[in-house]
Amino acid sequence: MPEKPKCYQPPMTDTSLIRNFSIIAHIDHGKSTLSDRLIQLCGNVSDREMKAQILDSMDIERERGITIKAQTVRLDYKHKDGKTYQLNLMDTPGHVDFAYEVSRSLAACEGAVLVVDASQGVEAQTLANVYQALDNNLEILPVLNKIDLPSADADRVRQQIEDVIGIDASDAIGVSAKTGLNVAAVLEAIVERLPPPKGDRNKPLKAMLIDSWYDAYLGVVVLVRVIEGTLKKGQRVKMMSTDGAYPVERVGIFRPKQEMLGELGPGEIGFFTGAIKEVADTRVGDTITDEKHPTAEALPGFKPAQPVVFCGLFPVDAADFEDLREAMSRLRLNDASFSFETESSAALGFGFRCGFLGLLHLEIITERLVREFNLELITTAPSVIYHLHMKGGSVVEMHNPADMPDVVKIDHIEEPWIEATILVPDDYLGAVLKLCQDRRGRQKTLTYVGARAMLVYELPLNEVVFDFYDRLKSVSRGYASFDYHIQGYEEGDLVKLSILVNSEPVDALSIVVHRARAESRGRSMCEKLKELIPPHLFQIPLQAAIGAKVIARETIKALRKDVLAKCYGGDISRKRKLLDKQKAGKKKMREFGKVEIPQEAFIAALKMDEN
Amino acid sequence: MAHPVSPDADSLFGIYIHWPFCAQKCPYCDFNSHVRFGGWDEARYLSAYLRELDHVRARVGRQEVYSIFFGGGTPSLMQPQTVAAILNHIAKLWAVQPGAEITLEANPNSVDANRFSGYRAAGVNRVSIGVQSLRDDELKRLGRLHSVAEAKAAIEVARRTFERFSFDLIYARPGQSSEAWRAELTEALNLANGHLSLYQLTIEPDTPFAELHARGRLVIPDADAALDLYATTQDMTATAGLPAYEISNHAAAGDESRHNLLYWRYGAYAGIGPGAHGRIVDQDGTRAATVTERNPERWLARVEADGHGVVEATDLSNEEQADEMLLMGLRLTEGIDLEEMARRFGLAPAASEIAALGALGVIEVIADSAVAEGISRACIGPGIAPTGSSSQLARLPRIRACHEGRFVLNELVRRLSRSTARVTARINAPATLRS
Repeated sequence: MPEKPKCYQPPMTDTSLIRNFSIIAHIDHGKSTLSDRLIQLCGNVSDREMKAQILDSMDIERERGITIKAQTVRLDYKHKDGKTYQLNLMDTPGHVDFAYEVSRSLAACEGAVLVVDASQGVEAQTLANVYQALDNNLEILPVLNKIDLPSADADRVRQQIEDVIGIDASDAIGVSAKTGLNVAAVLEAIVERLPPPKGDRNKPLKAMLIDSWYDAYLGVVVLVRVIEGTLKKGQRVKMMSTDGAYPVERVGIFRPKQEMLGELGPGEIGFFTGAIKEVADTRVGDTITDEKHPTAEALPGFKPAQPVVFCGLFPVDAADFEDLREAMSRLRLNDASFSFETESSAALGFGFRCGFLGLLHLEIITERLVREFNLELITTAPSVIYHLHMKGGSVVEMHNPADMPDVVKIDHIEEPWIEATILVPDDYLGAVLKLCQDRRGRQKTLTYVGARAMLVYELPLNEVVFDFYDRLKSVSRGYASFDYHIQGYEEGDLVKLSILVNSEPVDALSIVVHRARAESRGRSMCEKLKELIPPHLFQIPLQAAIGAKVIARETIKALRKDVLAKCYGGDISRKRKLLDKQKAGKKKMREFGKVEIPQEAFIAALKMDEN
Repeated sequence: MAHPVSPDADSLFGIYIHWPFCAQKCPYCDFNSHVRFGGWDEARYLSAYLRELDHVRARVGRQEVYSIFFGGGTPSLMQPQTVAAILNHIAKLWAVQPGAEITLEANPNSVDANRFSGYRAAGVNRVSIGVQSLRDDELKRLGRLHSVAEAKAAIEVARRTFERFSFDLIYARPGQSSEAWRAELTEALNLANGHLSLYQLTIEPDTPFAELHARGRLVIPDADAALDLYATTQDMTATAGLPAYEISNHAAAGDESRHNLLYWRYGAYAGIGPGAHGRIVDQDGTRAATVTERNPERWLARVEADGHGVVEATDLSNEEQADEMLLMGLRLTEGIDLEEMARRFGLAPAASEIAALGALGVIEVIADSAVAEGISRACIGPGIAPTGSSSQLARLPRIRACHEGRFVLNELVRRLSRSTARVTARINAPATLRS
């Protein structure tokens, strides 16, 4: 049980004493560590309660060092001018998949602290987020982190920030979030250099819905930024896009623990609860106003985040189907960008076709299903949405290669393209260019930022969706950074590649590929499956085919010898334990015809060794 | 008489006694063996063995002892009077079947062979000699201390001393040609007295051979070559009247190792001594898997403190017992009587899986009367429909691995085990009423 929240009313804060800011940083550049330090310096968390990455509450966030959900925390900071300021820190995700989370956080702030690793320099994702902040007219406060490292080169990185981002970095603050060095100067600068919010507390309530989630104790919690007027306990508010009206039951802030207040005034960020049944009743970006005295004009709002990557998720044990549905519904409560619908596969039985914002999002959702709900899953090949222009003139959106209609009925197929920005040290440029070329990329620009190349490429999303990011990291030894946005649809010479195991097509392994890449993909998948499917008592042919035409084949030889020469009374236990292990291992397999295919094969078969 | 098909392996009770010491550790061996250059206090060990036997007696109650086996380590390092004291103690605790097989594993050197008559006097009636090869250079490579001449001498001592004896050879050795093995096996068959154990060299983890193998310094024949050697072995032993009755064991009819048959038929046995495994049936009918402490000194300390060295005793479920019966029984030429399996554990593999494996030519359904005939090279395979699939009243069949199936037993057992399900209708009814 959480502590019983305290309820008291501090004097209403003058907007000139409020600063709202986000922290923008690349993964591992120290955003969460810096947040931790700021929180500690303002005395919000006792040393006893302090743990690393305090704002990343999910295990998966801590382990991977990433932020998935935006978090907010109010800090009371006593400035050297003698006044106490209310600082609202919005911790935001750094990954491109969660760009929509970033955009709504930025919309709630007047400033952003840009954290750049003083030895690594600016990365592609940082760039995308800073541009977004600049578009939102945010004041940028550059901070160079990790300046205590021997490899730090503050001058070079300052110059780079000016060159690449185009903002003045001459007074960027050098800090070490890890040791706490100079972190106090960041707090000072937030007060001195970021603008306070504006807003008239006497006007009718106008607040922006930043986020909402389900809390086991409080019900649906709505995170808001008050623009004008006040949000009070007991007030009846209205969501302007849905017209839903609710009584405000609780008003509060996060420090990061919940703290109840009587009201929130202009410029303040906090939460309220009010008998809202489902997270689905709330729209991110919606305008919240007083039911009786509404504001005249609603805020512009946000476009809802659209899934761009799809894959099938099937329970390993068919009996877990309902549990999987339940688990996905629970995750969807707090993540409206994740979508799913029932799918049935000839090979895998009943499961779900799921939509994600990107690959990291896919990985995180599947990992959470496995970890938090103890489910064993088979994940099928990720796919994008293809536009099938049929001969009759109609256009069909295809999320799943298994749904591909007869090719004679299709006039042409369009696929989504992205524009990708890649920053890579010169040494690895050749390898990255080759990778982009291999993936059907078209180079738009190649410029230099110091010793690093900045590449802008157009790429088909279906070439990126699977393992492009892994490959990029591997060919650049982790030095390349990558960001993208969807550009539009283009016609492509696309075909459905089917995989036949023991002469039977396995629908869950079929993919859509460009004709020119079909043969190499088919060969690579057959080779991979040969490694992944254990030998059986009989020989297993593996074939890749376009329609009826086989374009690649491999054979898994029959199992020849697995028996031990000796087995006496002392060997039984060991043999039985081995058998138990084998049986448990084979439970994770699915049988197709007579062939048992390990669950991981459905994804692993797609990985290509490009060299 | 051919080894009879046991009506019920539950009634079999054997005793395995593990002697953990060796003069030297062989580089291929992963058994629980220990070298003690300073020797050991044999009298102290003897009293510990006797105390563990007392402990087993209290657990299992009255039994008739079917067989006794001294394994190791090197039991032929024991003084004959130690062996005698153990056997006398067993005879005090239980009734020993008349003519019960009492085997002792021996090393083929002159010192150990000199003790054979002492073992005979103690009650041992069969020795199993670790000859391993009839080639001196090969013995050196296998890290053995004896020579071929010593091995042959030990065999002759055994022939003079015991009614029954067996010896072991290791084949499918690095670089071993089919011709070389034929010649060696021909010599072995001439020396044999009704029983031979012929093991393909297996690289066991955590042995010096495993390390050499991993570094590519020890290359053993690949699967195809090993299978050819196996086929050669089957043909030659069958022709010589010593067909395989188990994957690696060959005997003339009636000369099979009864103690080892007890394991493969999944009877009950006590494991005495360091690192010994047992399958004992408690007085309440529960079958438990027992394991004793592996380290000889720690085992000794435990027995002296607690009266036994058991460090693990796990009751086995019916499913686990059925799995173990499959694991062991499919190694036998006589195969497994699924009716017996159903009677003992209420479980049997699915008829559909038996049919599928039969169609693949890896198992066959046989009549009880065919048990002694040995498996044919060409499996009867497809076309043999198991009985019992259409009618619950039909007797469940006896099945065994065919020649091809013998090489892939792990997979066979896995598939049969996976398909195993309850056979409710027949648990209580005695088999005799239905057949």
